[in-house]
Amino acid sequence: MATVELLFSALPEHVRTARLVAAAVARRAGVDEAVLDEVRLAVGEACTRAVGLHMSHGLSTPVRVSLIEDEKKFSIEVGDDAPHRRFTLPGGTLGATASASGAASASANGGRNGGGHAPGGGLIEADGALMPGAKDEIPEPVAEEDEGDGEMGLAVISGLVDDVEVTTDENGGVIRMSWPTAEPILP
Amino acid sequence: MDLSLSTRTVGDRTIVEVGGEIDVYTAPKLREQLVELVNDGSYHLVVDMEGVDFLDSTGLGVLVGGLKRVRAHEGSLRLVCNQERILKIFRITGLTKVFPIHSSVDEAVAATD
Repeated sequence: MATVELLFSALPEHVRTARLVAAAVARRAGVDEAVLDEVRLAVGEACTRAVGLHMSHGLSTPVRVSLIEDEKKFSIEVGDDAPHRRFTLPGGTLGATASASGAASASANGGRNGGGHAPGGGLIEADGALMPGAKDEIPEPVAEEDEGDGEMGLAVISGLVDDVEVTTDENGGVIRMSWPTAEPILP
Repeated sequence: MDLSLSTRTVGDRTIVEVGGEIDVYTAPKLREQLVELVNDGSYHLVVDMEGVDFLDSTGLGVLVGGLKRVRAHEGSLRLVCNQERILKIFRITGLTKVFPIHSSVDEAVAATD
C-alpha cells in the first residue's frame, strides 16, 4: 500500500492543484484512463466543499487529501475540520454518528499510516483554534448567492462514484471514495 | 489553465465563449460576466462551452444563477456543448432538463422556444 498525502490551505486556487495531483497518482495506480475524468471531478468537488466549509467556519487549518493505492483499488480521502454534523448523501446513505465513526476512523488511520503517526493522530498539523494570529487570517465567507449550499458537489460525487462514504473523524468531515484499479504501472 | 471569456453579439443574442477550467476559483469570473451582461440589458445569452476543459458544480451553480437572472427579464440562456465529459455532469445533476443544450452556436442562435 502506498500513500500520497496533500495538505493545502483552504483557498479556491489550490483545488486545481489537488485535482492534478490526484489524477496523476490515480493514473500511476492503474485507474482506467476513461475513469480519470471522474476521479478529477470527484476530488475537485470534495476539495471545493472542504474549502467552502473551512472558509465559512473561519478555519485556518489546511484541507487534507490522502491518495491511497491498494492492491485492487485506489482510494481518496478528503478531510475537513468543520464541526461535526450528520451528512446525508443524495440517494440515502447516511453518515454514521460523529462518535461512532470517529472511533472507527481513528483506528483505520492508525493502521494506514503505519508507525509514522500516532494511532488516530491523523494528518492534521495543528488545532486551528490554537494558532496564534489566526483571527487576522480568517477570510471572508464565500459568497454563495448562486452556488446554493454546496451540497450540489455531494450530488455530483454520488452520481459519479459508486463507492463513496461521507463520514466524520476526530477532526471533522471525511469524504472517502474509491475506484478499482488494473495492474499497477511498473517503472 | 485559467478561464478565458469573450463575448460577441449575433442579432438579439449575446454569445459568451468560455474556455479553460470552470471551478471554484474561476467560476466567480464567469458569474461577474453573466451579471454584467444582464445588467447591461443582454437577456438572451448563448454560452459556448466548446473550449471548456473542466466544469464542476460551482460552474453549474453559476450557470443556474445566470439562467435565473435572464428569466427574470423573460430572457433565455442556451448552452453549446458537444463534449461528453461535460455533458455527463449536466446529466447526472438533472440539469439537461433545465438548460437547452445545442451542438453549435448557429443552432443555438436560431433556436426559439
